[in-house]
Amino acid sequence: MSWKGERMNDTPQFLGRNLFDLDDYSAEEIYYILEAAKGMKEINLREYKKIPTLRGKTVCTLFVENSTRTRMSFELAASRLSADVVSFQASVSALQKGESLQDTVYTLDAMGIDLYVIRHSSPGSPQLVHKYSGKPVLNGGDGRHAHPTQALLDIFSIWEKRGNLDGLKVTIVGDILNSRVVRSNLIGMKKLGAEVTVCGPKTLMPGSMEEIYGCRVEYDLQTALKDADVVMGLRMQLERQTEGLFPSLEEYSKHYVLSKDTIKWAKSDALIMHPGPMNRGIEILPEIADSQQSIIVEQVANGVAIRMALMFLILGGKA
Amino acid sequence: MKTIIKNGTAYIDGAFTKADILLEDDKIIKIGKAIKDKADNTIDAKDCHVFPGFVDLHCHLRDPGQTYKEDIISGTRSAAKGGFTTICTMPNTDPVVDNIATVEYIQRRAKDLGYCRVHVIGAITKKIEGKEISEMATMKDGGIIAVSDDGNCPQSARLMLSCMKYASNFDLPVVVHAEDYNLAGKGQIHGGKIASKLGLSGIPGLAEEIIIARDIMLAENTKCRLHVAHISTAKSLELVRQAKAEGMPITCEVTPHHLTLTDEACVSFDTNTKMKPPLRPEKDRQALIAALANGLIDCIATDHAPHADFEKEREFDHAPFGITGFETAFAVLYQELVLSGLIKLERLVEAMTTAPANLMRLGDRSLKAGNAADLVIVNLKGETEISPETTISKGKNNPWMGKTLKSQIQYTICAGNTTWEA
Repeated sequence: MSWKGERMNDTPQFLGRNLFDLDDYSAEEIYYILEAAKGMKEINLREYKKIPTLRGKTVCTLFVENSTRTRMSFELAASRLSADVVSFQASVSALQKGESLQDTVYTLDAMGIDLYVIRHSSPGSPQLVHKYSGKPVLNGGDGRHAHPTQALLDIFSIWEKRGNLDGLKVTIVGDILNSRVVRSNLIGMKKLGAEVTVCGPKTLMPGSMEEIYGCRVEYDLQTALKDADVVMGLRMQLERQTEGLFPSLEEYSKHYVLSKDTIKWAKSDALIMHPGPMNRGIEILPEIADSQQSIIVEQVANGVAIRMALMFLILGGKA
Repeated sequence: MKTIIKNGTAYIDGAFTKADILLEDDKIIKIGKAIKDKADNTIDAKDCHVFPGFVDLHCHLRDPGQTYKEDIISGTRSAAKGGFTTICTMPNTDPVVDNIATVEYIQRRAKDLGYCRVHVIGAITKKIEGKEISEMATMKDGGIIAVSDDGNCPQSARLMLSCMKYASNFDLPVVVHAEDYNLAGKGQIHGGKIASKLGLSGIPGLAEEIIIARDIMLAENTKCRLHVAHISTAKSLELVRQAKAEGMPITCEVTPHHLTLTDEACVSFDTNTKMKPPLRPEKDRQALIAALANGLIDCIATDHAPHADFEKEREFDHAPFGITGFETAFAVLYQELVLSGLIKLERLVEAMTTAPANLMRLGDRSLKAGNAADLVIVNLKGETEISPETTISKGKNNPWMGKTLKSQIQYTICAGNTTWEA
């Protein structure tokens, strides 16, 4: 497998495929996507950030759950490859009036969509969009289930810094129960040989994690961070308090915050990551979020590159 | 009018024997070897088994009120196709069966149609809201055989205590859909490994077990007969086992899907794997099979729950709970449990015929001279194709859709009338 800038050959193994989650992709294929994203990242650094490869293709971002940042990232990715982009947002659309997802997709498809990106609060909805349209679908986050493009950009960010994930110790801290980012990252990182530890209070930890993902589960931050090469914080949402899952943000923070004092339990050069948006002062302190070790802002830049690479590969873009 | 069923392998006194069965009008009049009597009709059952008509203690015909999902015609015809001659309907219709007029409507309509005997289960509480006791004594005069708030579960132990006292006063069994709403929460599938992986909210086994434990204690206190609907976990079985061991009048049923599928099926996000109680892990399924074999579970019930395509064709967590059951029940159980050697055919037939009829006191349903001419003739070597086109129920929401199952119901005869012929 080789990747030489834009001069990429046809890649039939990706053509027309869905990305529901990383289960369906081998380690080899993930590395291929990372290589492609490296080339795309270079395009994003140019003064004129656009290549004509997907001219004439139409990408639809179907956001049934709001997420401005993720939607912008996908739309920029499509635009930079010269695809036409249409955006469907549930809050201002027919779904609010009770139209079913099936009818929505039938309607959109009649307009000639080549690739869908869907964000939805219901697990499994990307599969439905593919079933109704027959078109490739990129999962932009389905409930607590999966967020494979986020996982790929996280993996890319680590890979770029470390060259390899094999044997790296990654610790993810926070609300594991409600995190689609964790689930996809566990699948992807394990495939590439990383040793992943998830850490958070027991009430925010789903059952059987070791059995499902082969990861380590820790409830104590110090134990979880020991020897970590990468530390990822997750957004802690206040609403979990009213669901009776933890008593207060203050108490949560006291035990699980990433700060100067706690991060020293990890390796001294550990990478600090966060999928955003951050609650500064709750799960992570500014002294860490903005530190030299932090690659949080780069993750966002890498997100555009990863999404460009996926669209390019799936729609069979030509350089 | 006389009909003779020749040379079938009949289920008589708990065993299979070659026999001819002579029917006259709505009764069985003679069973024996090589019956020579003249008959108007002859059915050659040489390659077939003859069972008493199947009895289902748990189904939803959606009539009145939700006839776009099912109605009494499509529902009873669907039951007949599945070999059922007696079914018991749950009260969560619109309006709810909490009054004698609705009881009489369902009974009259079903009787006029004649596809199946329909017994009505009335509501425990008015509008199945779990607030006030329904007029169960009046409904009993109208013909109900039991009370249940199925689909709902009275959450107040105080009210349930009172309802059980009242039901026992009129000798009505209480059928409980055991579900603690706080524990079930917004759960979509069993709260276990698969729910963790799919990011779907889970319904833990505890949600069922806590209510069963509660209601067994309430039944003990009130001397009320208690029937546990669609039991689904090993721990629930243990609770029922203890109660039975103490001699309490407790019975339970299990559905074909809980005996043959596990929550692994949900990974496809097929909404036809979504029902209450949810499909459980393999460990629970194995416990259910063992309990059916040894009689701890008294009988099979389908929980036939039809929904319209547009309701099930949705995001998983927006789709309603429930699947159809009449037309697949026997074939699925025969294929998955009998052919694989887990359950004897004799036990399966008992659990679908005489056992449910006896526990709900519906009368002697065995094949015997003098009993009703309710029977089903099954070709175990045949096949049944399950497709939307071949399905009679309005509901096509069935996890075996598109599959071909072993065995075929050749004839269903209810009160002497042929209600299904393949």
